[in-house]
Amino acid sequence: MNRIVEKINLSELVVKLSIEAPEIAKKRKAGHFVIVKIGKKGERIPLTISQADEHSGTITLIIQKVGTTSHKLAALEPGDHVTDLVGPLGHATHIENKGTILCAGGGVGIAPLLPIVEALKEAGNKIILVLGARSKDLIILEDEIRKVSDEVVIMTDDGSYGQKGLITKGMEDVIMKNRIDLAYAIGPAIMMKYCSLLTKKHAIPTIASLNTIMVDGTGMCGACRVTVGNKTRFVCVDGPEFNAHEVDFDELLMRLGAYKEEEYSSFKEYSQAIK
Amino acid sequence: MISENEGSVNKRNEPWRQELRSRLKAKERSLIARVKMPEVDADERSKSTVEVNIGLNAEIARREASRCLDCVNPACIEGCPVGIDIPRFVKYIEAGEFLNAARTLKETNSLPAVCGRVCPQEIQCEAKCIYAEKMNKEPVAIGHLERFAADFEQQSGKIHIPEITGKNNLKVAVIGSGPAGLSAAGDLVKMGYNVKVFEALHELGGVLKYGIPEFRLPNSIVDVEIESLKKMGVEFETNIVIGKTLTFEDLKNEGYKAFFVGSGAGLPNFMNIPGEDYNGILSSNEYLTRVNLMGASQSDYDTPVLKGKHVAVIGGGNTAMDSVRTAKRLGAERAMIIYRRSFDEMPARKEEIKHAKKEGIEFLNLHNPIKYNADKDGRVSSAILQKMELGEPDSSGRRRPVPIPDSEFEIAVDLVIVSVGVSPNPLIPQSLSELNTTRWGTISVDEEYLQSNISGLFAGGDIVRGGATVILAMGDGRKAAAGIHKYLQNGFGK
Ligand SMILES: Cc1cc2nc3c(=O)[nH]c(=O)nc-3n(C[C@H](O)[C@H](O)[C@H](O)COP(=O)(O)OP(=O)(O)OC[C@H]3O[C@@H](n4cnc5c(N)ncnc54)[C@H](O)[C@@H]3O)c2cc1C
Ligand code: FES
Repeated sequence: MNRIVEKINLSELVVKLSIEAPEIAKKRKAGHFVIVKIGKKGERIPLTISQADEHSGTITLIIQKVGTTSHKLAALEPGDHVTDLVGPLGHATHIENKGTILCAGGGVGIAPLLPIVEALKEAGNKIILVLGARSKDLIILEDEIRKVSDEVVIMTDDGSYGQKGLITKGMEDVIMKNRIDLAYAIGPAIMMKYCSLLTKKHAIPTIASLNTIMVDGTGMCGACRVTVGNKTRFVCVDGPEFNAHEVDFDELLMRLGAYKEEEYSSFKEYSQAIK
Repeated sequence: MISENEGSVNKRNEPWRQELRSRLKAKERSLIARVKMPEVDADERSKSTVEVNIGLNAEIARREASRCLDCVNPACIEGCPVGIDIPRFVKYIEAGEFLNAARTLKETNSLPAVCGRVCPQEIQCEAKCIYAEKMNKEPVAIGHLERFAADFEQQSGKIHIPEITGKNNLKVAVIGSGPAGLSAAGDLVKMGYNVKVFEALHELGGVLKYGIPEFRLPNSIVDVEIESLKKMGVEFETNIVIGKTLTFEDLKNEGYKAFFVGSGAGLPNFMNIPGEDYNGILSSNEYLTRVNLMGASQSDYDTPVLKGKHVAVIGGGNTAMDSVRTAKRLGAERAMIIYRRSFDEMPARKEEIKHAKKEGIEFLNLHNPIKYNADKDGRVSSAILQKMELGEPDSSGRRRPVPIPDSEFEIAVDLVIVSVGVSPNPLIPQSLSELNTTRWGTISVDEEYLQSNISGLFAGGDIVRGGATVILAMGDGRKAAAGIHKYLQNGFGK
């Protein structure tokens, strides 16, 4: 079992947990994720490793409270234990000096983007970051992001911070002013879909990190399957990063809703139970 | 180490066996009818997870055992992939010495309570029984007797834990806790090695836990076997993915001298037909894992599972049978098998097919799905099926199914479980680029000791065979354990 050593509330809906996991901290690279399970009767959910500290043997997970498991996880306090934690899973991000890289992070997608940006920056790339969220209080990790980026553009739907507008508008402005060699898009599937359409229009190679439903995370069940370039791929063992222009985002969006009713009723039960 | 098979002929001549044989004439033995396994009523069981087969009681087991003629040349042993001394264990049952029967089983089979339940006996030992081969009668119910002896031992509280003598302090790592890994670990620990089993999931047992349902193989049965291994000194660690959390290099640095990879067949196959990615279409591995490993059918567990009124399961293997019977238990009004060949070619155990029929499972044999349709939310709503007929035999010797032109029709379904085979788990080959694999992605090993091209790295079970059986996986585990022993004792004489 892995002990929680620190907990910080990043916003009303987002918490950051540092968890003891020395082996994972040693092995993880940007792009890796873990599978977490809370309690004997819990479900297995994937979470990207946001940061890791080899010396203290901890990894950092950033959790947006959406369903039963994320709420359970966010309710844990330092000293509590995560019942099951396994990783690092998936392929690490391919890091290379490409030139100028446009990174688009939507909402809590900023968390998995951070380690990738750090690694890309270290490899010598120029980084332009566009962060998008519904409103100011949903922008997370801004300081950390600024530290590793050459330029940061912030977009909010309601204009409460940065510029008002969708993330794609911010990206388009950047694309007009700069020669972009590669783009990353991480966030809700719908945001990645539109980011990918935009960069496709401008012929900018783009990578998206997909957040499918998972069960085992070891290539055993196929719950995480997506269609990429007309082929069935498993996100947990073939991904999580894919060429965004080849991803069938409409199918991904549909499949993300597969358990909507079941998830809703599970969450209702959980919310009533803790009242 | 226990010597295998050695002197099964000598043992046949032990006085107690001779005396037992003389009690009844062969003729009289052969007139006894084969036992019928008592089972829970089909209506009742298809609403719960209760184990279908109830098991034999002592009296009935002894009578069944007395049918065995204790042949001079017992062919049944040849039919058993791990060469259990079948007549000896059966005769111990006839003699009422049930613990000795269990001990005999365990000399060559570390999971008899499991194998008694899930082995395809009808094509192995029982197919070779003299009753079936020469006398045109029903074979001795070897599988039921195996289960009886193993259960008796489990329930007696007197489980035999072999004494480990001569620990040699050499460390061996076993990757995967399915039947291949468990049997390798059992043999290695008996040979005196320090054995640790690493498992990627949060539970031990591999397919025995996440795949095969409770109504066929209760988890508690598997847990007892794992407990015995723990008592013998095998260590287990869950939530460790070898190749990710720890690499082979790490394990070597920790002092491990040899490795057995039993990482199983993961990756489910799909048919790649239009509409297969709609919601409500999933692999049998996903469906069974949600229900068996994650407790999804119980309301106090967090993992959800989709329920269907009209459930179609594609395939004819054990996995398909387990899925369709699970769907029935989760309330399906129609639970259907859709299989492109006929009953004769079905790879599932005959007993499971029989049980499924009694539980009201519909069989659409000689049918194949070619397309799925969905409702406006993307949930599957119907399947287009094509009728098939059997043509010439193919390379597997089974008659090839051929589509009948213009025979397509549509049926309503709201849950489809695809059970058309699996490919090897890619994690280990992905993490060891120098490891030789076949073009199917299975690990290549030598036949005698199951060593891969990397010296000291052995592999067996589904990761080598593709989807196979529990007993073959176990047999591999034992063979590789012997190989590892030889490797560590004298480096194969190199
Ligand atoms: C639903 C179903 C029903 C079946 N019914 C029958 C039956 O009735 N009779 C029969 O004989 N056979 C049956 N089979 C087949 C049988 O279960 C398999 O052949 C057998 O389990 C293979 O054993 P194994 O040890 O090779 O692999 P598995 O049982 O698959 O175990 C492999 C284990 O390794 C773990 N693992 C994988 N990669 C790693 C890694 N990198 N690090 C650590 N751990 C790892 C996996 O999580 C898993 O627990 C059935 C299979 C299924 C799916
Ligand atoms: S999560 Fe099960 S195969 Fe990817």
